[in-house]
Amino acid sequence: MIESTIHRHNAGIDPAMHLWGWEIPTYLFLGGLVAGLMIIAGVRLVAMRPRERQALVCCTIGPLVGLALLSLGMLALFLDLEHKSHVWRLYLTFRPTSPMSWGSWILLLVYPALAANAIAHLPEAIPALAKRIPVLVTWSDFILGRSRLVLAIGFVNIVLGISLGIYTGILLSTMGARPLWSSAVLGPLFLFSGLSTAAALLHGILVLTQPAGERPGFADFLLSALARLSESRPLDHKVAPTLAAADNSFLTIELALLGLLLVGHLTSTQVHRQAAALLLTGPYAAVFWVFVVGLGILVPLTLQTLELGHRIRHTLAPALLVLGGGFALRVILVAAGQASHWASAAN
Amino acid sequence: MSRYAMVIDTRRCVGCMDCVVACKTENDVPEGYCRDWIAETVHGEFPTLQMEIRSERCNHCAEPPCVDCCPTGASHVHERGGVVLVTRDKCIGCKACLAACPYDARFIHPEGYADKCTFCIHRVEQGLAPACVSVCPTHCMHFGDLDDPQSEVSRLLASRANHTLLPEAGTRPHVFYLT
Repeated sequence: MIESTIHRHNAGIDPAMHLWGWEIPTYLFLGGLVAGLMIIAGVRLVAMRPRERQALVCCTIGPLVGLALLSLGMLALFLDLEHKSHVWRLYLTFRPTSPMSWGSWILLLVYPALAANAIAHLPEAIPALAKRIPVLVTWSDFILGRSRLVLAIGFVNIVLGISLGIYTGILLSTMGARPLWSSAVLGPLFLFSGLSTAAALLHGILVLTQPAGERPGFADFLLSALARLSESRPLDHKVAPTLAAADNSFLTIELALLGLLLVGHLTSTQVHRQAAALLLTGPYAAVFWVFVVGLGILVPLTLQTLELGHRIRHTLAPALLVLGGGFALRVILVAAGQASHWASAAN
Repeated sequence: MSRYAMVIDTRRCVGCMDCVVACKTENDVPEGYCRDWIAETVHGEFPTLQMEIRSERCNHCAEPPCVDCCPTGASHVHERGGVVLVTRDKCIGCKACLAACPYDARFIHPEGYADKCTFCIHRVEQGLAPACVSVCPTHCMHFGDLDDPQSEVSRLLASRANHTLLPEAGTRPHVFYLT
């Protein structure tokens, strides 16, 4: 028997570590989502035939939404800082051993890459915007007129998307002091979770913008208002089954990686087994099994399989569930990771 | 080169917390926080129990994960003695170093930067011992240079059984406990 008493009461550290609240999970979720949008947009841009004009949702709407979501994510990250007025210090140095330093520089590169991808087809997607800002047409023509540049933008989006998606997991996994995070699987897990949420978001957008009569009733008002504002072109709804199928693949890989993470911990040291138990049977088990595994992965996987088999209509439900599950995964891993500790084995 | 270390005799430490008070006074540590603290560990089965009282603080590790993860270079290893320090003007308060420390030795100062034990480097540079060492009423705490084989800490570590905290974390602490 070992009993330890520590006479220390530092805020955020004692009695249990709680340094990161909602801000970091929000940032990790939105960062992963944007990474997925970049990869899908990049792959679509690279794979698209020159005369093909059916890539609006992946190559224009996705990157545009990505720019907004990334800004929200960075705002959440900024809100988490305790010394906010010193945030510019991040960009005075590059620390190769610090994932946060890598991330801050990657985020700086992500903006122009996303913007270039969005601009390529922007005049075609939203003609009203192009009429008001004619330079968009010039930029779009400049990009589309150079097939090598289009390919370069696509590949840069893929590479930066993979870097951003993996980085959100590596950020946690390099902290060996928290046994739950101490696994290289976390990087690929967050990458594929980001891809699944991105595919779900794009699929959800397509469901919302289906022709009148097929889309959910509540979307009518929103869409008619948006259409009046932007005179936007109809989206490429033929991509919906491809996105749903891709999402199913990403969800399956995510489930396998989640299993690998837990098996890795369960076959490791005592502190790692205790860390895995936090999710499997401990205080975070109910939320983990219900919101991450059940509602976040298994239910949407089933629904999308039925949609692809034409047994049910494409609905918004799988997209909402996958997005909720992706957020829950970050919340639970950040919270449970802080609760896992080396000293717990010695206590 | 020098490599500063602290050696604490757990057979002499009575957990009086004089070291804690001295540190708070010397370093103006804000109310509700502490850079060093007392830990008590009891192990064994009744009636064969053994108690160890330790004065704990930042271990000024030779391989500090808090320094590796710092994105701005605020957390760094001081050229003198390998002491791990934080440059408060460079710290953005991202809390990565707090999460990376297996000893939970850091905290966020109310002014927003990461704070921790400095081995009282400002005193050491003047030839004085750290505040906690200088006030210990049982003389259980010793400070010195590990690279000097004649230093008190080197001789104590050579002559007495000792351990560090969480050696399995691989950080190579520079605070040793004599048993």
